[in-house]
Amino acid sequence: MRETFVTAATELLAEDPRTALVLADISADSFAPAARRHPDRVLNVGIREQLMVGVAGGLALTGLRPIVHSYAAFAVDRAYEQLKLDLDHQGVGAVVVSVGASYDGARMGRTHMSPGDVALLDTLTGWTVHVPGHPGEVPGLLRAAARHDESVYLRLSTQVNDLPRPGADRLDVVRRGSSVAPVVVAVGPMLRPVLQATAGLDVTVAYTHTPRPFDVVGLRELLPHGASGLVAPAVVLVEPYLAGTSAAVVGAALTDVPHRLLALGVGRTDLRRYGSPDDHARWHGLDPAGLRRSIAAFLAEDA
Amino acid sequence: MTLAATSPRDLLGPLLHRLTGDEKHAPSAHSTLDVLWVLYDRILRVSPETVDDPERDRFLLSKGHGPAAYYAVLAAKGFIPDHWLDNLAGPESRLGHHPDRLLVPGVEIGSGSLGHGLGLGVGTALGLRAQGLTTPRVYVLLGDAELDEGSNHEAIAYAGATGLDSLTAIVVDNQSATHGWPGGIASRFAVNGWTTAEVDGRDHAALERALTAHRPGRPHAVVAVVEPKWR
Repeated sequence: MRETFVTAATELLAEDPRTALVLADISADSFAPAARRHPDRVLNVGIREQLMVGVAGGLALTGLRPIVHSYAAFAVDRAYEQLKLDLDHQGVGAVVVSVGASYDGARMGRTHMSPGDVALLDTLTGWTVHVPGHPGEVPGLLRAAARHDESVYLRLSTQVNDLPRPGADRLDVVRRGSSVAPVVVAVGPMLRPVLQATAGLDVTVAYTHTPRPFDVVGLRELLPHGASGLVAPAVVLVEPYLAGTSAAVVGAALTDVPHRLLALGVGRTDLRRYGSPDDHARWHGLDPAGLRRSIAAFLAEDA
Repeated sequence: MTLAATSPRDLLGPLLHRLTGDEKHAPSAHSTLDVLWVLYDRILRVSPETVDDPERDRFLLSKGHGPAAYYAVLAAKGFIPDHWLDNLAGPESRLGHHPDRLLVPGVEIGSGSLGHGLGLGVGTALGLRAQGLTTPRVYVLLGDAELDEGSNHEAIAYAGATGLDSLTAIVVDNQSATHGWPGGIASRFAVNGWTTAEVDGRDHAALERALTAHRPGRPHAVVAVVEPKWR
């Protein structure tokens, strides 16, 4: 996804003089050709993430459309107050494009992990959050984000699904269960393990690469409606960041609907372990076997 | 009210009293007052009619604390009506103890949390340059204690290294930084490639000279020294 982003952003900088890219050394080599062509609009501030976001705020104040890029841990966690004050509070926006996700950089340890980035952005106002599950979804999301002035977060990962689903800003039904089937919502790269985990189960699997704004209308339409009044419809959220991040949004959308919700995602504990992203997926129960166990146990509670 | 016939103190004193309800302290109790007056009276190419003009100079009050002097100057120069000064930080007031750019005409940034203005100023200068707007300058006002925040030093180093010459930082030094700045504030800028000037922050002519002493290829810093906050 990172390579796709570099290509798409490089094209965008050439086409749209309103766009500007602000880097803090991360990916600076990849953007060297763009920097040579547009030295005034490709700005590498060095290892200075507070300044990276502050500069984006200043660029936006002059009418440009800044794109900011670093590891999620540095672009969001570290520069959180700049996102809050230098963008939101100034009434301007930016496109923040992160790499590293929750534990793509597992071998680098906790310092390069950001399972809490989307939850942090949920404390701010009006951010659109894209979590693409495939490189093929990235260029369209980036181009759409560059066309307006609101704040957009584009969370890139090395974990990918088998196929791109570019239209999945709304819930996109990938597998439809029976009219009483529980709904499993897979966000971004969680679709692949979710499809494996739910093979043979009577569930509806819906996918989105855009958890904010969450498609609450689509979710309500997918709720099982043939169930008897005795059984509350079941919803399972599977997110590649902190478990429960979207639980509040789903809860608010279903205040008038008795329902059961299982919110799966990355746990809160610093595991203090290195290893691979696959290892961390397993440790957090987000591999196919772990998801199968959690989802099967949750659905069995209905029986 | 004709400005030419009135001294800045006579003009701003009553406005400050409206803001603070404080009859005891002279206008000089406001460390930034003279700097702000000189900026708006002699330096900045901005008026109430040009607050949205892309070609205007930008003034960013980074040190959002104690903005009474700022509001008084904005009122004196016609950016905001005088009666806004009467209910500072009240429930219906547009003027709070830290300014909000979305509430006050002519205010370029909302500030209060220290250490944000210089980064925003660097971005503003870069954004103007990228659009071929070479006339406007960007002025950022900071406090000496505000420089404690590390984010300032990210901006100082980067602006100096890249020779961002449309940027002027003004540090009002009332010696309020808890651990001080051994070797002087100006040296922090100079070592990073800025031109610098240190002047009496109450001397209007000296301030005007310092604020116009920028040179091509380098950002400019003016340290305006006023009375110590703690005596």
